[in-house]
Amino acid sequence: MRILFKTSYFEDIRLFQHGGQRFWYGLLVAAVLIAPLVLAEFYVGELTQVIILAIAGVGLMLLIGYTGLVSLGHGAFMAVGAYTNTYLITNGVPFLAALPAAGLAALLAGVIIAVPANRMSGIYLAIATLAFSQIVEQLIIRWEPVTRGFQGMPVPAPDLLGYKLTHGWQLYYLSLTMLMLVVLAAINLVRSPTGRALVAIRDSEISAQSLGVHLFRYKTAIFALSAAVTGLAGALIAHRMRFISPDAFNFLLSVQLLLMVVVGGLGSIHGAILGAIFVGGLPQVIALMRDHLPTAVARTPGLEPALFGLVLVLIVLFEPLGLYGRWLKIKAYFDFFPLYRRATFKRQRAYLKTERVR
Amino acid sequence: MSLADTITETITGTSTGTSTGTSTGPAARTAPAAGSGAHTSPLIEARKLSISFGGIRAVDDVSFSVAKGEIFAIVGPNGAGKSTIFNLISRIYEPTSGRLIFEGEDITSVAPHTIARRGIARTFQNIELFEHATVLDNLLIGRHCRARPSILAEMLFTPGVRREELRHREAVEEVIDFLHLANYRDQRISGLPYGVRKVVELARALCAEPRLLLLDEPASGLNTEETEDVAFWIDDIKNDLGITVVMIEHDMSLVSAVSDRVLALNNGRTLALGTPAQVQSNPAVIEAYLGGDA
Repeated sequence: MRILFKTSYFEDIRLFQHGGQRFWYGLLVAAVLIAPLVLAEFYVGELTQVIILAIAGVGLMLLIGYTGLVSLGHGAFMAVGAYTNTYLITNGVPFLAALPAAGLAALLAGVIIAVPANRMSGIYLAIATLAFSQIVEQLIIRWEPVTRGFQGMPVPAPDLLGYKLTHGWQLYYLSLTMLMLVVLAAINLVRSPTGRALVAIRDSEISAQSLGVHLFRYKTAIFALSAAVTGLAGALIAHRMRFISPDAFNFLLSVQLLLMVVVGGLGSIHGAILGAIFVGGLPQVIALMRDHLPTAVARTPGLEPALFGLVLVLIVLFEPLGLYGRWLKIKAYFDFFPLYRRATFKRQRAYLKTERVR
Repeated sequence: MSLADTITETITGTSTGTSTGTSTGPAARTAPAAGSGAHTSPLIEARKLSISFGGIRAVDDVSFSVAKGEIFAIVGPNGAGKSTIFNLISRIYEPTSGRLIFEGEDITSVAPHTIARRGIARTFQNIELFEHATVLDNLLIGRHCRARPSILAEMLFTPGVRREELRHREAVEEVIDFLHLANYRDQRISGLPYGVRKVVELARALCAEPRLLLLDEPASGLNTEETEDVAFWIDDIKNDLGITVVMIEHDMSLVSAVSDRVLALNNGRTLALGTPAQVQSNPAVIEAYLGGDA
């Protein structure tokens, strides 16, 4: 077990708590950097998918995991980002301008939904965001002059200052850079006053307010920020898909995003990434397993969604803290090796809550 | 950060008089011995405060004023409207009529989130801590009203953000020392016993550098020993930090031990207002508690 002896307050907030973390995260970065050199093109593409999902996951995690606002409509923000980006590029705007514009468009969409969302919470908010995503989907279908409706739009390859990114590995590095920036920004936010204000809103709005947190401002800001990050992911995924149509951003995508943060573990950036690996990787694992299963089973229609659902049910039932929560438990087990008690992570008794006054 | 300075002085015993730090937190340094008599200008004043929920007048025409450096207790049976008064001061409820004056300014209709910044911090009857965060994080949220966060700068974690952050952490550590919370510093609230949670909530309120502290039943659910601790702390908060305290409390031993004046309420109306001894011997108060014609 590692005991940290801290000698300055900064050691509480620095990025890497100790040398071990620096080593392992360094190793991870090295691994993802050399991955395209050693992996087949197909797997590089799948990894790109996971990375882009992770970007959206981090955006959604800030909203759901940190602020406690549930959104069932984040697929719509991806759509807004994807269509803005594609439309602008198709009309001659350089990629480096179209990408931020996509984020900005999603941010504005986020503000639009955030203003009414401030009056709602829990299941009502989830339904409102779901309705919002349906509206966006219909808008994309009907607004043919811009979105070409069901015909869809081809997505030109991104152009980085005259350098066309046509290969899969180029998009991989682009997405990876974006993910790293987004994760860094998210970590910085979480270790700052705003991040704590978000957690405060999640755990007790009434005391957050009495400590000076402007609920409306923070909820709106985080909705916008979350939407913007998801919009950026949408812009990137358009490039990965090479062709976008309304059915690529349907309700299922929103559900996938929600599952990602829940399965990964609410309230941690790690969770968003692990969730993305899970949601992006499981179909591949199932496809691989298919070859080794008896034909009768492998040929069963709907095997994929069924297994997907089963794994999800099991995770939600037995590991409410998600994959990251499981990892923390395993780590704690070895940290305290002979002394680990089963009850370490048990939720303690809850005390009376103040009546909700609003 | 005069709160931090004051605490340091208290701990080290080097009372150098005036603070050399920037005077951001003007924790009022009235002479501790101001006592009950000297009523110069009240810190907070309620004028004919009323609120009705439907047909029920939860607080009915209640007036009181609390002087700087005073410890003011509000007592009364359940449903008397004590917590409602706190919620009115916190601006969670909108008063039906009446006014609230804090430091000479009318706060009857200011936005709720500005209350903490004006210098009023509070605790809740049923502990409203951030359960899934550590003690340290909870206290840091207490500093929120002293921070001016900009999301963009925070995402970049600029040197300015870092400096601010360290300043807040320093202030919080002083409070941790003051209330002996070092043992629990990095633990999550969800794993802490009730008594410790009470202290953490008090600490969180102190982190906001208030001039007025509202304590809603600080001793409820605590054993005798813990209640005595609370009494000492309230004394320290008044004498060493110069913070005025208004508290709601049922434990009359605590009330008479620490408070200068007591307001007794029943059914939203004022029954009596005076020293603890006066209030305890007031026939109307006795009747409200014991019922009938005692």
